Amino acid sequence: MQRRSLRIEETLVKAFIYFSVICVVFALFNILWHILSHGVGLITWEFISSYPRDMGRAGGILPSIVGTACLVALAVAVAAPIGILTATYLAEYAGKSGVMRAVRFSIDTLAGVPSIVFGLFGFAFLVIFCGFRWSILSGGLTLAFMILPVIVRTSEEAIKSVPYEYRECSLALGATKWQTVARVVLPAAAPGIVTGIILGIGRSVGETAAIMLTAGSSLGLPTSIMDPVRSLSLHLYILVSEGVSFEMGYATASVLIILIFCVNLITNLLVRYMITKRMGAGAH
Amino acid sequence: MRRRIEWLIEKSLLLSAIVGTLIVMLIAVFTFLEGFPFLAKYGITSFITGKVWDPAYGEFGILSMIIGTFYVTIGALIIGVPIAVACAIFLAEMAPQPLARLFRPIIELLAGIPTVVYGFFGLIVIVGFIKSHFDVPGFSILAASIMLAIMILPTVINISEDAIRAVPKQYKEGSLALGATHWQTIRYVILPGARSGLISAIFLGMGRAIGETMAVIMVAGNTALIPTSMLDPVRTLTINIALEMGYAYGDHSSSLFATGIVLFVLIICLNALVTRLKRRVTE
Repeated sequence: MQRRSLRIEETLVKAFIYFSVICVVFALFNILWHILSHGVGLITWEFISSYPRDMGRAGGILPSIVGTACLVALAVAVAAPIGILTATYLAEYAGKSGVMRAVRFSIDTLAGVPSIVFGLFGFAFLVIFCGFRWSILSGGLTLAFMILPVIVRTSEEAIKSVPYEYRECSLALGATKWQTVARVVLPAAAPGIVTGIILGIGRSVGETAAIMLTAGSSLGLPTSIMDPVRSLSLHLYILVSEGVSFEMGYATASVLIILIFCVNLITNLLVRYMITKRMGAGAH
Repeated sequence: MRRRIEWLIEKSLLLSAIVGTLIVMLIAVFTFLEGFPFLAKYGITSFITGKVWDPAYGEFGILSMIIGTFYVTIGALIIGVPIAVACAIFLAEMAPQPLARLFRPIIELLAGIPTVVYGFFGLIVIVGFIKSHFDVPGFSILAASIMLAIMILPTVINISEDAIRAVPKQYKEGSLALGATHWQTIRYVILPGARSGLISAIFLGMGRAIGETMAVIMVAGNTALIPTSMLDPVRTLTINIALEMGYAYGDHSSSLFATGIVLFVLIICLNALVTRLKRRVTE
């Protein structure tokens, strides 16, 4: 009797687990299918290479593509060096000191702060206090703060997973700690670090709330770092929320999804490369 | 000479590590600087417990948005967490290698889709669905909760899976050796063993749901009233800032920064809880 109720319970649980997995798969494919089936057909060379006309009802998204590229490039240029150095410090130098705990807590907090609060901060600090106005500079720096935790965490993992023997060999050859870190550990961790940077790129491409309050929403092509821009994701939001054009919305959303798809693909390939390389090293 | 260079390098690394801490402090300082004078003037209690939000008439009560955020977040957790934990069990305990290898990129992609794209999808598909089935406008707590439930899935799945995998193999082997079935082992040994990890997964998912802006803004309806049913429109704290920051000035603008303070404090508390849980696991 008891065994029978147990069997029923097991069957039910298993059914729920499979149901959940199917739900997740269905959710993703439903979203992708819905957006891409409406949008991909509208992506033409003209759409990608021309200016929007009539507030975005017609024409293309060239300024938004350029704007997104500028924002992302600036964010990565600022966040990557700081992030990698922070990760190096945490993984190689910090030990278990109070400083490390404070840094780690800050990084975790930074990862959890809602993007709209980043936006508020960027607005108060960069746009007003520093006088950068709504510009690529303000938006890019705000994004840099946002993606810093992603880069730090991924790089730290990568640095920590470099086999300990590498360091011992280098130190035994008479290299100093920094020489070891810079010439042995970091190169070995490079694919993992690059993965972190790419994840950061993915995150900044999709970000909207923080950009909305810091980068402006100009439809023109930027000529300097102090010009306002409208990123792709913000363009999509404005198109849809103000009911400008759902068609253009689908097309823009498809461009975004294709971008993210590429980012994920590259990340996966890098991770796979890293694993095979590590396994190859282990075999020798 | 060499030692001095090493010393210099270590200190400059420390310096860049401190940048993160500096940014957190700057965020705190600047949101508080902008928001706190307003809070002092208007009164924290009347700000948090005020039911009316009408900046044009000097009414700044965010109770309806706190309640809205609460409902939407709880809704997302109720829908999302069981599914996410089930997926984590699937990945860690049941899935054969090839199936797991297929499933993982799906979760990554789900994590990568920009929040506006989710919002756009929700606006058309989820809101449309609710509209056609319940005879209401469709912009509602329910729509926002479903949207957020999908969005927190990757976070909760990944952290729960790690937690489940971190349970020592011997526990599982012991339980199976005593004659327990696989499900009994999962339920009485593995899940309790992974408990603090699972709880931090839920907290982190909660943080994500509380902080989400662009997806919710497109499906929640955004009226600043206390909702009475799942099908009522709501405004969350994040929506309040995103919606009105564009044209706010004076007290209105400061009140939005004060809303930001409430959010920031909420997230810091959640984070401190997670950190404490993590420490308990490692000790």
